[in-house]
This record gives sequence, C-alpha cells and structure tokens, in this order.
Amino acid sequence: MSLRIVVCVKYVPDATGDRRFADDHTTDREGVDGLLSELDEYGVEQALRIAEANDGAEVTVLTVGPDDAKDALRKALSMGADKAVHVNDDDIHGSDVLATSAILAKALEKTGFDLVIGGMASTDGTMGVLPALLAERLGVPQVTLLSEVSVEGGVVKGRRDGDAATELVEAPLPAVVSVTDQSGEARYPSFKGIMAAKKKPVQSLDLDDLGIEADEVGLAGSWTAVDSVAARPARTAGTVVKDEGEGGKQLAAFLADQKFI
Amino acid sequence: MAEILVLVDHAEGAVRKPALELLTLARRIGEPSAVVLGAGAAAADIAAKAAEFGAAKVYVADGAEFADQLVVPKVDALTQIAKANDVAGVLVTSSGEGKEVAARVALRLGSGIITDAVDVRAGDQGPVATQSVFAASYTVESRVSNGVPVITVKPNAVAPEAAPAAGAVENVSVEFTGNAARVTSRTPRVSTGRPELTEAAIVVSGGRGVGAAEGFGVVEELADALEAAVGASRAAVDAGWYPHSSQVGQTGKQVSPQLYVANGISGAIQHRAGMQTSKTIVAVNKDPEAPIFELADYGVVGDLFEVLPQLTAEVKARKG
Repeated sequence: MSLRIVVCVKYVPDATGDRRFADDHTTDREGVDGLLSELDEYGVEQALRIAEANDGAEVTVLTVGPDDAKDALRKALSMGADKAVHVNDDDIHGSDVLATSAILAKALEKTGFDLVIGGMASTDGTMGVLPALLAERLGVPQVTLLSEVSVEGGVVKGRRDGDAATELVEAPLPAVVSVTDQSGEARYPSFKGIMAAKKKPVQSLDLDDLGIEADEVGLAGSWTAVDSVAARPARTAGTVVKDEGEGGKQLAAFLADQKFI
Repeated sequence: MAEILVLVDHAEGAVRKPALELLTLARRIGEPSAVVLGAGAAAADIAAKAAEFGAAKVYVADGAEFADQLVVPKVDALTQIAKANDVAGVLVTSSGEGKEVAARVALRLGSGIITDAVDVRAGDQGPVATQSVFAASYTVESRVSNGVPVITVKPNAVAPEAAPAAGAVENVSVEFTGNAARVTSRTPRVSTGRPELTEAAIVVSGGRGVGAAEGFGVVEELADALEAAVGASRAAVDAGWYPHSSQVGQTGKQVSPQLYVANGISGAIQHRAGMQTSKTIVAVNKDPEAPIFELADYGVVGDLFEVLPQLTAEVKARKG
C-alpha cells in the first residue's frame, strides 16, 4: 500500500507584523496578516522529499483553524502537497495545545496515516510539544526534532540534535515526526504549482464530523488559563557612536562604566 | 507541605544548572522532590546535589530504557511517580526534550501544561507562571486550571540558591510502556570550554557581518576575554559559519544574559526573539540603519574587524 503522509500545519499571525492579544487573552487574528507558519514549511518540504523517494506516496496537509487558515493549506498545496483537510468550527476558538492535539488526533484517525509530520514549533505559540502529544494520543512512536529524516522499508530514521548530544533515532511506521529548520530549505511554489493548487481537493470538517463535543475544546475545554497579558515596554535606543578609530575603546569605556569589566 | 516534582536534568554524571534553578523555584510553591532518571552510578552524587538545593526527597530510577529510547521512558517514570505520590506540581527544564516529556506527562495526568516560563510564583489558585511571548514583546501570566500543574521553565529564570534538605532517596522501579523510538547512536556534544549559551552571564554573538567561518575568530577572542559564551545569528548558522547549537533566536536558544554583544547582526525579529530580554545590549554594525541599534544601550557603527580587536585588547588591559 502506498505511503500516506499527513503534515500538520498552523496558520499564524505574521511574526514581522504587529502581533497582539484579543480581549479574551487569545491571539488576535482579526485584522492581522496571517500565513503558513514558517517552521511548518520545513515539515511540508520533508513530506514532499519523502514522497519523492517513495513511489506512490500521498501527501495530505491538515490544519485546525478559522476560515483564513485556508491560505496556509493553499500554500502547502502550491508547494506540492496532494490534498488538504481543514478542521474549522467556531467552538474551537481558544483551544490550548491539549485541546488542539485532541482535535488533530481525531482528524488523523479519520484521514488515516502512516507518517505524521509537523514543524518543530509554531511561530506564535512556540511550545513545540504538539507532535509529542499526537504520538501520545495516537499510540505511535515519537521521532521528533529531527534535522535529517528519511523513510525506507517502513522505518523512519533521523538525526536529533539535542542540547547535550546528537542522537540517531528510528522507529517503525506508523509514527509521528517533527523536523527542525535545519532539515533543509523549503521550496518556493512554482507558478505551475500555484495554478495546480487551485484545483486540489480541500475537505472541510467540523467538530460533529470528528465526534467531539463543543465543551471538550475551546476556552472552556482548555486546562490552562491566562490571567493577564501586558505589552512589554519597548527597549529604547541608547548611545550610538561612529567608529573614528576609537570605537573599541569607547565601547570598553561603556562596559567599564556598567561594571562589566 | 505540597510536594513538587522536579525532573533533574543531568549530563555526563553532573547536575545541569537549570535543575538547581528549578529546585529553587519549586521551594516557592511547595516542597521539592527531585526525580533522577537514568543516571547510573552518578545518581548518588546527583541526589546529594539536589538535596543541597532543597530536595526533601529524591526519586531515583534507572534502566537501559532511559538511554535506548526517546522521551517515553522518562514520561513513564515521571507519570508513575506523580500518580503514586499525590503531587501538587511538576517542574521540568524548557529544553526541546524537557518540553516533550512534560507535555506527555500532562496528558497522562489529565493536567494542563505551561511551557517556557521565565518565572513561577505561588498564587491563590495554584502556581502562576510568567511567560515572555511574541518575540518577548508581551508578558503573560497564566496558570493551569485542571489537574496537577505541569510547568516547564527556561534556564536562567532565577539564580540557584542552596537550601539544604533531607534528600531521602527512594528507588523506583518503573513499568515501561514501550512504543518509543529507538536511539541507535549517541554522540555527546564536544565542550568548547566556554560557558553554556543559555546559562552565561555574558554572550558575544556574530552574524552575517562576520562574513565567514574564520571571521568568528575575533568574536571568540572577545568572548574569551569577557569569559562569555559565543552565539550566532541564524544567517551565520545557515551559512555554515558556526554550529546550530550556538544559534540565538526564535528557532535556536533564547538567552537572557546580563550583557549581550551583537556583532554584525542586523537585528531581525527572528534574532530579537532570542535576545531582547537581555539586561544590557551593545551592538557593533557597519550599517547605521540596522534595527539592532533600536534596542542597543550602546552601539558602534563601524567595521567589527577593527572595533572588536581594539575592544578585546582594552578588556584584557583593564582586567590586567
């Protein structure tokens, strides 16, 4: 049977834009430009490379998000993914990572999978735990934070660069993988890819389709609560001098003044 | 008093500093119990160190599984200990692996999880965690509203303070659940002899302006004169000039030292996310328009190959 790869992606507010919180302390998505999380592009890229190396493999992109999250799916489809699944339901608003992982796990069970791929973290929440939670919920091995990955003969192998050591890891499929930004530059969609993406199927699912009750997810179904959010005072620029031959000494004088030397 | 589990991060038989920070924070919200996993013969020394920093109890579990399998054996152990002892909280270091372990433990305990806390304090409704989010442009206070709070804490959140406690060792026999990825080889990271990036008081970093791998020589010389860690921007790492383990930024390490010296770094959002909570920031860059100067307490517009050697010589002279 052909290899079924599902890439989980997130639609996030543009990190170079003005990110902020809504009144209910959730990420403000209204009037803020969004896009496919840059770190998820690496997941899509590795999925496509694995599919190219495994004849007949099929790549599905899956997201949970509001209407605009379709843009993230379109981007992944234009890169070369075959089809997309969009879980969208008003009751999902405010879901924390545990609730989101519950929704994604149900969707993955519905679509079927041999290999689930995610990015190393989202660029907004930056937790980096969703792939681990999916492995736990789906009862399959977790092969995560890989900077190199390959699939051959029903086994996924990769290199995990940790703080203290570099590890080579492997697991039989089905498995959940996440890849880092060291795994290989993501391709740009070609014009042909962008045109083709418009005709690729995007399946929409809501909570009913997945057999999830509204109170299991969203703000009510989340097990963390945000008490307060406050904008951090912006750093203000200090003294800037032009080096006229004494720049290093001037900097040394500043550091001495601040008691660093 | 409420028992707080602290997963003790260790490497090569020694406790890593962030674990001592966790024990220090745990004392604010209850009585710390250290959990030492897969430490082999070093477990006794690690337990003694944990006791010195406030661990009333130390749970020790060993087995080849901890080295041979990814993440899951630690999840098995921590979950089993948490369930058997009616604990009031679990603290884990915010490393890539630490966060993964914590998340799976939270799911198994039916608990909420908060990651990347920069501070933890006691609150009326349980521990309150402070996080620095959206590239450190917002500060958020949150808490776990269901189950035993599981919180991961970034290195450098607090200065470790010794507070000797009993450190009674309890050996635990873990029932491993399996279904984990196998670790087929492990190569320890070669130590540079410099301080750990996330733990250092001073970080000296280089970026695109360094121009080449050899260019990092002037950055390293300054770092050594200041007894600092060396960091690199994503541009320098992507170019292959410096290892990824030294990358500062959103997808690398987030550092918060007393002093951050940015050299040849423009200050893109991806980099700022990793360093803008530093106490003092200084920058050297050729481009007077570089955004890094907007955050720098002191900036020099100039050629880093002129400025840094002069600064290094001056630092050495002043330090005598």
